[in-house]
Amino acid sequence: MIKVSGLTKKFNNFLAVDNISFDVAAGEIFAFLGPNGAGKTTTIKMLTTLLAPTSGRIEINGADPATDQEAVRRAFGIVFQDPSLDDELTAWENLEFHGVLYGVPRDLGRKRAEELLKFVELWERRNDLVKNFSGGMKRRLEIARGLLHHPKIFFLDEPTQGLDPQTRNHIWEYIKNLNKTENITVFFTTHYMDEAERACLPAGKVAIMDHGKIIAAGTPAQLKKQTKKTSMEDAFLTLTGHAIRDEEAGAIDHLRAGARMWGRRR
Amino acid sequence: MNAIYILWLRQLKRYLRSRSRIVGSLGQPILFLVALGFGFGPVFQKAGAGNYLEFLAPGVVAMAVLFTSVFTGIEIIWDRQFGFLKETLVAPVSRLSIMIGRTAGGATVATLQGVIVLVIATLAGFRPVSLWSVIPAILIMILTATLFTALGTAIASVLEDMQGFQLIMNFLIMPLFFLSGALFPLSNLPGALEVVVKIDPLSYGVDGLRQTLTGAGYFPLSLDLLVLCGVTVALLVLGSWLFSKIQI
Repeated sequence: MIKVSGLTKKFNNFLAVDNISFDVAAGEIFAFLGPNGAGKTTTIKMLTTLLAPTSGRIEINGADPATDQEAVRRAFGIVFQDPSLDDELTAWENLEFHGVLYGVPRDLGRKRAEELLKFVELWERRNDLVKNFSGGMKRRLEIARGLLHHPKIFFLDEPTQGLDPQTRNHIWEYIKNLNKTENITVFFTTHYMDEAERACLPAGKVAIMDHGKIIAAGTPAQLKKQTKKTSMEDAFLTLTGHAIRDEEAGAIDHLRAGARMWGRRR
Repeated sequence: MNAIYILWLRQLKRYLRSRSRIVGSLGQPILFLVALGFGFGPVFQKAGAGNYLEFLAPGVVAMAVLFTSVFTGIEIIWDRQFGFLKETLVAPVSRLSIMIGRTAGGATVATLQGVIVLVIATLAGFRPVSLWSVIPAILIMILTATLFTALGTAIASVLEDMQGFQLIMNFLIMPLFFLSGALFPLSNLPGALEVVVKIDPLSYGVDGLRQTLTGAGYFPLSLDLLVLCGVTVALLVLGSWLFSKIQI
């Protein structure tokens, strides 16, 4: 379903993604792990047509993002690392907007939106503005939105970041459920190793990325065996080392600070 | 087509929902109308230039259109920083459609704002030559609004965050407004100022509004329309190009 070979991305002289290759089979759950700044988000951006690779080949559901953007875009749904809902619209309107952008026929879109909102338990709140939602509710709504157009692949970039264990469990229940019932291929990143391990049961795979390269890949059991560790967390630390990675503060952090100062509610 | 419509609708919904923004953005035009209109009125009259409020009102309408349209264009920065832009950029919709939908939405909102200010000016004592003159005036507002929304989009496409916003405000938007002849007559200006005024596209918007609403103008109306249309097309092309280059 996802085929990547020799994928490379260079920003000026910085090699963000360095010649990586991997395959994800249809219906598989695939965890993409790595410390901050390893190149995970850059890879996802290239897979989802937001960024053009410097070199290498990508195939998403049989289409190449470089030549057939539209087919690729129709094939996947995505939950971004940062929230990407319109706060000034209601939950329902956010879904409606998405449906129209993806050319989902109106009646079908409404039916599907209702199904999905019930599925993520937001149906009662459908007419509330998103700005009144909690972080967990927003995440659930984004999951519903990402699935509205029946994608074959679902990308989730740290979908459970900053959520409490209850919500995290809930969200994984939805995702695993979907993977089973609709046979959706799931490609996700996370910093929670136990979560990655549980999500990949029984047959999912894990790839660990560091400094732009994939340094290990296989099932969680294989990785633990390879590093002779008993937990996924220890295996991860053995593979990537204990050094803390510093990431530069992005524009978003500056802006958030500014927004707080000016009292904008976001 | 549907994508353009939903993007347009989104802008409109956001505008209608933020009542504080509507009211807030009316404060400045009202202040200009009252303080300048009534404050300078007697001097203007003594100088033999006629009724100042009559002269000023079209300029203040143009000001409301200018500010609102540039802001709605620049809103892309917020969408970009707070993620919503990504949602539209990964959708199977061309960037050109996104740009058109957003610009149409921004221009509609700015025109609405201009009409509201026109109504307020009428309450303050401004009288258009006839009720019919409001229709061509609204056309000029739509053109002006499209022009400056496209400008805002172009600016937002190259700015990473709101840090540069103050710069844009003080060195672009304010000069565009103050040097447009919105506040003073264009006849007998010192040479250098006259050149600047003639370069400022808003001058033609203000003049077009003044001509349609009060019958008195500086440029020929056909020139106003020609310049507004020409600059609008140029900025739409530039804005679309810059917008298509946005990376997140």
